Amino acid sequence: MKPWNNKAWFFVLPVLLLVAFSAIIPLMTVVNYSVQDSFGNNEFYWVGLEWFQEVLASERFHNSLMRNLLFSGIILLIEIPLGIAVALAMPRRGWGVSVCLVLMALPLLIPWNVVGTIWQVFARVDIGLLGHTLAALGVDYNYTQDTFDAWVTLIAMDVWHWTSLVVLLCYSGLVSIPDAYYQAARIDGASRWAVFRYIQLPKMRRVLVIAVLLRFMDSFMIYTEPFVVTGGGPGNATTFLSIDLVQMAIGQFDLGPAAAMSLIYFLIILVISWVFYTVMTQQDNDSVTDGRQGGGQ
Amino acid sequence: MAKITLNNIAHSYDGGNSYALKAMSHEWNDGGAYALLGPSGCGKTTLLNIISGLLQPSEGQLLFDDVDVSSLPTEQRNIAQVFQFPVLYDTMTVADNLAFPLRNRRGPDKLSAAEIDHRVQQAISMLGLEALAGRKARGLSADDKQKISLGRGLVRTDVNAILFDEPLTVIDPHLKWQLRTQLKQIHRQFGHTMIYVTHDQTEALTFADKVVVMLAGEVVQMGTPQELFDAPQHTFVGKFIGSPGMNVLPCELAGKEAVIDDRRIALAREYPTLNGVIELGIRPEFVRLVNSGQGLPVQIVSVEDVGRHRIVRAQLNKHRLDIIVPAHQPVPSEPGVEFDSDRINIYQNSQLVGWEHQL
Repeated sequence: MKPWNNKAWFFVLPVLLLVAFSAIIPLMTVVNYSVQDSFGNNEFYWVGLEWFQEVLASERFHNSLMRNLLFSGIILLIEIPLGIAVALAMPRRGWGVSVCLVLMALPLLIPWNVVGTIWQVFARVDIGLLGHTLAALGVDYNYTQDTFDAWVTLIAMDVWHWTSLVVLLCYSGLVSIPDAYYQAARIDGASRWAVFRYIQLPKMRRVLVIAVLLRFMDSFMIYTEPFVVTGGGPGNATTFLSIDLVQMAIGQFDLGPAAAMSLIYFLIILVISWVFYTVMTQQDNDSVTDGRQGGGQ
Repeated sequence: MAKITLNNIAHSYDGGNSYALKAMSHEWNDGGAYALLGPSGCGKTTLLNIISGLLQPSEGQLLFDDVDVSSLPTEQRNIAQVFQFPVLYDTMTVADNLAFPLRNRRGPDKLSAAEIDHRVQQAISMLGLEALAGRKARGLSADDKQKISLGRGLVRTDVNAILFDEPLTVIDPHLKWQLRTQLKQIHRQFGHTMIYVTHDQTEALTFADKVVVMLAGEVVQMGTPQELFDAPQHTFVGKFIGSPGMNVLPCELAGKEAVIDDRRIALAREYPTLNGVIELGIRPEFVRLVNSGQGLPVQIVSVEDVGRHRIVRAQLNKHRLDIIVPAHQPVPSEPGVEFDSDRINIYQNSQLVGWEHQL
C-alpha cells in the first residue's frame, strides 16, 4: 500500500483553514507589524529587520529572557522529580486511588487568575495565612519588597499549581506497567532503585517527554499568576518575557518592537521545545533503527 | 536444584470463604520436569506463584530440600520464573538483560564480573542468541524476547527450580516445537527442577516426566503421560487428556459385564457392588468400528479426517461416542462398535474404581 494518498489532503483541509484563520493569519499581522514603523494615522513605514536588531540588543530583553529561563529551569527541576516521587507514592488500587486523583486534579481545575489571587492573599504578611505565620515565626518575609521572597512565592505557587499535572501523567505511565514486570524484578532480586531505573523510568519516559514539554512551554509563557501576585516587581525582579511584552505592546504601544519581540519569543519556545523533544526521544529513535537492522536476522 | 515439598498448602483469595487452591500435599523430586495442566482458573498459576513466593499461601508449608521457605520473600528463594508474556528490561542490551539477575546479588553470593560474563556467554550460546547479544532488547520479536526471559532463569545455574507460566502462549506455532525441544534438551543437560504451567495437553505431555492435572483447585491426578492415558483417575482427566478425550458412558454393572441401555459389554474383570453414579470410560483409540449386526449399533454423526487417522463422531442411543478409525479402514454405512475389554475403566462418582476393589 502507498504510504500517502493525495485525497487525504481533503480531510486535512478543514483543519488547515481553521488553523489559518485562528493562528496563521494573526501571526502574519504580527510579522507585518514587526518590519514596519508607525507614527499613528495608520501610516506605516518599512524598517526591515531594525526592530529585531533593537530587541535582540536590548538589555531589557536579555534580562527578561534570563529571568524566564531561570524560572522555567527551577520549576522543571522541582516539579519533574517531585511529580515522579508523588506518582510513585500513590496507591495503585483500592479506594485511595480515586481520592488521590481528585486531590491531584483540584489545583488544575482552578483558573489561573484565581490561583494568582489565592497566593497573593495567602502570602500577604498582614492577613495571609502563609505570610502571617512566617512573620510570627520570625522569618523576615515580604514578597512585595524582597526579590528573593517574590521568586520563592512564585515558584511555590507554580509548584503547587502544576506538579499535579506531572503526577497525573507519570501515574498514567506507572499504572500501565503489567504486574509481571514487578514480579520478574522480584524473581531477579532487583533492588527498589533498579526497579525504578529499569522498569518504571523507561515506561514513564514517553509521558515525561509530554510533561517536560508542557511544563516548559507553560512556564516560559507564564503571565497571569505573576501579574496578579507581584505585577512583575519588586522593581523588574519578576518581569518575565510575557509581562515585558504586554508592557511594551499595550503599555507603551510600541507595536513594531513588541511584534518583533513576539516573534523572537515564539522562535525561542519552538527551538527549546524541539531540543527537549529531540534529546528525550533520542533513545527511541536509536532502538527503532536497531530494530530495522535486526529485522533481517 | 532442590526437591520441593508442599505440606498442606492451600490458598484463599477472599479470607477463607472459598479456596482457589484446596489443601494439598505433594513431593516433587529434585531435577524432575513437572507440568501443571488444567483449564483456566483451576489454580495452577496460584500454585506456581506460591512456589516462587509471589503469593503467600493462606495455609501450609513449602519446603525446598526440607528447609521451610514459606515465609521467605521471592528474592531469597532463588527461583527463576518465566511469565506468559515476555518481560524484558527494554533499555538494556540482551546481554545486560541476562546479566541482570547475577548483578543484583549482594553479600557472600556476589559474583565477579568475569564470572558473570562467562555465565551470560554460556546462556547466550545455549539459546542461540549470539547475533542479538549486543543490541537493545526493545523491538525484538516475541519469541526472541521469550528466549531471553528464559535465559534470565538459565544464567542462574544454581536455582532451586525454574518455573514456567504458560511461556509459549505468544510464540508462533512452528517455533513452539523448537523452543520446547530446546527446553527439553536444557533440562536433560543441566537437570534443573522445572515446573511448567499450561492448559495445552500436548505441551504438558511432551515436556514433563510427570503431569499434574488440576481441576477447581485440586490435583486430580499426578502421573506420567502414559499413566494419564491408560488409567485416568478421574473422568475429567480422561476427557481432558487425549484428542479427542475419553468416552464416558453411564452404565450399570452385572457381574463381568457392563450394561448400557440394555446392551451388554464384556469387562476384563468383575467389580464389587458399587453405589452412586457408575460410568464406563473408554478411549476412542480402543473402540473398534465393525459392520452392522456385530457389536452395538451406532449412528454416525460426522467423520473428521485429521490425516494419520479419522475421528468418527457417533451416537450410541442418546450418548455421544468418539471413535478413532485408522486412515484406510472403510467406514461402514450401518456400523456397530466393539470395546476393547482390557481398556475399559469403570468410574464411581467420577473416580476410577481401582484394583483394590478387585474380588
